[in-house]
Parts: sequence; C-alpha cells; structure tokens
Amino acid sequence: MSTEFAQKSHDAMADPKLQLAIYTSTARLKQNRIDAVSPAALPDYQELRAHANAIKKHTIDNLDHYLEVFGRNVAAHGGKVVYCKDGTEVSDFVLNLAKERAAHLIVKSKSMTTEEVDLNERLEHHGLESVETDLGEYILQLAHERPYHIVAPALHMTRYQVADLFERELHAPRETVIEKQTALARSVLRQKFLAADIGISGANFLVADSGAVVIVENEGNARLTTSAPKIHIAVAGIEKVIPRAQDLATFLKLLARSATGQLLSVYTSFLSGPRRAGEIDGPDEFYVVLLDNGRTRLLPDKGKRQSLFCIRCGACLNTCPVYRKIGGHSFPWVYSGPIGAILTPQFMGIQHEPALPFASSLCGACGEVCPVKIDIPKVLLDLRSDVKKSDAREGRNRLEKLGFRAFAWLMTHPPLFEMAGRIGRSMGWPTSRKGPLGAWLSERDLPPLPAHSFREMWRRR
Amino acid sequence: MGTRVSLFVTCMVDQLFPQVGMAMADVLERAGYQVDFPENQTCCGQPAFNSGYRAEARTVARHFLDTFESSETIVVPSGSCTAMVVHHFAELFHKEPDTLARAHSLEKRVWEFSTFLTEVAAVEDVGARLDRVVTFHDGCHGLRELGVKDAPRRLLSHVRGLELREMVPAEECCGFGGTFAVKFPELSGAMARTKIEAIERTGAQTVISGDPSCIMQIQGALTRAGSHIGTLHLAEVLASR
Repeated sequence: MSTEFAQKSHDAMADPKLQLAIYTSTARLKQNRIDAVSPAALPDYQELRAHANAIKKHTIDNLDHYLEVFGRNVAAHGGKVVYCKDGTEVSDFVLNLAKERAAHLIVKSKSMTTEEVDLNERLEHHGLESVETDLGEYILQLAHERPYHIVAPALHMTRYQVADLFERELHAPRETVIEKQTALARSVLRQKFLAADIGISGANFLVADSGAVVIVENEGNARLTTSAPKIHIAVAGIEKVIPRAQDLATFLKLLARSATGQLLSVYTSFLSGPRRAGEIDGPDEFYVVLLDNGRTRLLPDKGKRQSLFCIRCGACLNTCPVYRKIGGHSFPWVYSGPIGAILTPQFMGIQHEPALPFASSLCGACGEVCPVKIDIPKVLLDLRSDVKKSDAREGRNRLEKLGFRAFAWLMTHPPLFEMAGRIGRSMGWPTSRKGPLGAWLSERDLPPLPAHSFREMWRRR
Repeated sequence: MGTRVSLFVTCMVDQLFPQVGMAMADVLERAGYQVDFPENQTCCGQPAFNSGYRAEARTVARHFLDTFESSETIVVPSGSCTAMVVHHFAELFHKEPDTLARAHSLEKRVWEFSTFLTEVAAVEDVGARLDRVVTFHDGCHGLRELGVKDAPRRLLSHVRGLELREMVPAEECCGFGGTFAVKFPELSGAMARTKIEAIERTGAQTVISGDPSCIMQIQGALTRAGSHIGTLHLAEVLASR
C-alpha cells in the first residue's frame, strides 16, 4: 500500500466533521435510490437492469461498429467527431481550435472524462480561461480540489466552508445560506456564459443511430454551456455510445433513480449537430471528442471489460461501506469508490496503487445497486489475482506468497492441519503484537481458544 | 435411519468455534438426519482466492472436491464458505473441463445451514427455546451471493422466548472481509464500530449470525468496546433448549 493512500484514508477516518458530512450525504442519496427503485415505484427495475446490461454488453462487443455509425450520423448533421488517444490530444485539439477562432474564455459543464485528463489545467497552462459552471465543480475549481464524488463533487464540503471560500475567492460578503451562495455563483457564471467563446461539456450517452449527444443535469448549466457559445465541444469516453435512441428509455429510467433518486433529472438535453438554418439557439460549430485514454486496453479481457458499462451514477459509492469511511479523495485517481477501485488499476496500470483492489471487504453492496449490473466484486477479485501475478513476476511480496503456499499445503494435509491446530491451542494466542495478529488486535479482541477442535470433539461424541 | 448429510464445518469452526459445529450436528440430527463428518476436510480455499492467489486456492478447492466426492448433501454453517464453493469453484476450474464438471455437480449438493433447514428439510420449528432479545446480522456473501435472508428469520421466529429486533440499516457489512481485516485494520475496525452502533440501537442482548467470521469480527469489536452484548451462531440458538 502506498503511504499516500494509507495516510489519506487515515486522515479521512480521523476527521469527525468529514465523517459526518460523508455519512449523511451518502445516506440521503442511498435512501433516495432505494425508494426510487422499490417495487412500488419501479416494478420492472430488475428487468431494466438486465436489459441495460445486455445493451451495454452488445455495444462494447461491437464498439467499433457503433462508433462508426455514430460518427457518420454526427457528420450528417453537420458536426464533427474527433478521436483522441489521450489528454494531450484533447487539449491540443481545443488549443488549436481556440487559436484559429481567437477564443479565450471557455465555459465547462460537469464531465468526469475531462477530469481524467486534467483538461482545465492543461488549457489554463496555455493561457485560456476555463470555468466550471456546475455549482459543485465551480466550488472545487475555486478550492483547487478534485471531485469528491462522481455525482456530488463537493459532497465533503459544508456550507460554512463554501462561505469561507466564496468570501476569499469572489471577494463577496460572507454568506452561509445555501440559496444565497447559489445566487452569488450564478451571478458570476451568467457573465461567463454570455462572454464565453467555447462551451465544453461531457456526455452521458452518445446515440449511434441519431448522432445525438445526450446530457442529463439538474442546474441548466450544461444547456447554457452547449448552446450559448458559438462552439460546443462534447468530450466523451468511447464507451458512452449506445446503439439506438430507444435504448434511452431504459438508461434514463435507471440513471437518475440510481444517482439521486429522481425519476428524471431536471434537464435532459439531446444535442445533434450545430444550429441549423432557421433555428434560434445552438452553436455554430459542434464537435464530439471521443477519448480513448486507456479504454481500448480494457477491451481484450472479456470479463473485466464490463467495467466500461458504467454510466457514472455513483450509486456504488453511496452504498459502499469503504467509500463512506475513507471518502473520495483517498482514492488515487479521479474515480472513487468501488467503480474507481476497478477503473483505476485498469486505466492507470495495476501497480499505480496495488492496494486498491484489496481495499474492499467484498461485501457486494456495489454490485447489488449497479444499474447496469457490473459485477464489481468479481472484477475486484480478478484484479487481485492480476496484482499477485504482477508481484510474482517482479519478486514483490515474497513472504506473503510463501505464506499462502504454506496455507495450501497445510490445507491439503489434514493430519498436519489437525496437529498444527492442536499445538496452536496448547500454546495459546501468540503474545507478539506484530504481523496480521497485531493488526487484528489493534482494533479487536481475539476469541478465547477452545480446548478441543471440532474434529476432536466429534470423535469423542 | 434418516437421510444422510455430511458436515463441512469450515476451518474456522473446526479450530476456533467447535461448539457451532456440534450445535449444527445436533439440530440436523433432531430434524431426522444421519450426520457424518468427512475427516479429510479442511478449508474451502477462500482465503487464498480472495487474496489473489488462484493457484493456491485451486489446490485447496481440489482437495475439497476430493473430500466430498461421495457426499450426497453437504451442510455448511457459513454463507461465505458456501458461496465460495457454489459460485467461485467453477471460476477456478474454468480451464479444466473434468474438474469443472465435478465442481458443477458439487454446487448443487452444498447447502448453507439455514437454507438447508427451510428448503430441504422443510422445517422451521426445530423446538428451540432461548429467552432473549436478539438482533440478526446478515453475512454479506450469504445475503448477496446466495439470497439468504428469510431462512434464518423464519427459523428464529419459532424459537420460544426469543424476540428479534432488526438493525437499521440491516444489510451493512461488519468489516471482516477475510484478509481485509488485517490488511486494513483501521478501516475494518471503523466498519465494525458502525455495525456495533446499529446493534446497540436495537437494545438486543445478543447478536446472531449465520457466519462464524462475522461473529469473530463483531464479538472481537464488542469486547474491545467493553460491551456486554454477546454473539451466537444461528446453530447454537436453534440447538438451545
């Protein structure tokens, strides 16, 4: 385990205010989801999940085909698809376009995909101003922090912390009422929307058969981002494509319910191409950046590539007892919680944080709530095996490997297993507080040792 | 002579909680079964499997297959170990057709204790009595991989003198998680404390579970916290008079 992961986890658990913020926010989202997918509210929930899983599986199995169809249909509407293999290619594309169009100000709506490649930092490094317009993301941009949660990025911050931040960064009088904080942010952001040259959004779905980018949101900022500036760039991972517009009937029902417990998000935008003749709203130019950033590396593994089914609802975070203790910033990359624990090793490499797939009790709550039925515990188990294979190749963790070889040997030699147990019981629990025993005792007591094993008692019966 | 069942008591019950195995045998015999204990049994291999050591897990799983080859029905006092056999053996042997066939045959013969009683033996009232206020902790693997939820509650509802009070939230992990408990002790301990708070809110005197590993975690954390709340395995409750 890296010391950073361990330290951040420890710090989060040792901060009672943070613990309370995480616990209450996730509890609310968790309960909202439970209510919204209950048999009374959504009788065909399990059928919808199975259907969503089947659509995702079919699409990922035929990803090249659907991306081609999507690209053709975007072009037919006058838009342009741009393939980028990594963050550098995304920022190069935006920078070149900005240079050609003499653009300076960019407004952004919420996008985890752009967080993956640190797009804001890259653009700002080259002199562009890029402003987040989702309230939570805006707060985090001012605070120079990463999203704490896929759906609720500023979940860890209290309104008092936001008040301090706004006072410091916006030079406005301190305001602790949430509605007034929102109004303050809105007054700043409205001016940005009006002056912006480029709007950059993410995408929840890319619909192949209609060439549409679908965005769900609650604040209306994505709608402004994609329609007010003259240029709209949607940045999406290649896995966001779905075959048909009618598939949205399945996904939209699941996404908002799983994320926040809403039946639908407040805004659902279908964006297909630039403004056409006779239309009042919409950009002059429409681009869809399709980002790989490691996704194609997942494709050869038919088991683990189900990780690409994710629709970023965050339900697994809210229900995860580990996320609810260590929070979002302990995770080593932009994606946190159970989905982060399976995406990060696959995107960043297994040794980026080898402890990550192990930081789970494998309770299975994540898989149970996943609206597209990603078997997250199974992928975690597969990744654990990958870590150990990588360790073995590179000679790491030799002692643990030896321990498990000894375990396997003992468990296939019953008389020796029995003898080892008998000797152990006669000696009592070791008094040394090192190793796994010490780790156990740091938090819990040990059970008293019985006088006899079951097999001994059984023989005497 | 009733129908024969074989016990797989699990390595943990064998070495640490033998009274759970004895209680299970007792309940099964009273339900009319002839109980045997294949002496070669050790472990299902889950510790190695969950730690990423597939080859070592395969070795232990193969030993399990050999040990229980001739057992027609196998009853296990753990949802987690049952889930390992029922769900993960097939994964371990997916490249070995012969062994895979044996694993598939075994899947159908292995039963978690409470489900065996309600589904196979078709008994709910085993004639037990325990004057106590209790709460029930669902082991995650039994709950989510095997769907063990109603069976223990149906069995407990017939125990004379017993009052069951459900935890809120009920289905949260106790934080054991095998080697997770010692690889991430602080995190595992924090999860246990959240569980204990839920237990304490019920006012129960005793926590019952169908999984010895959860019991070890919960009891260990209760004792450490100086609590007087105790733990019992479901089999011990059903065997009490």
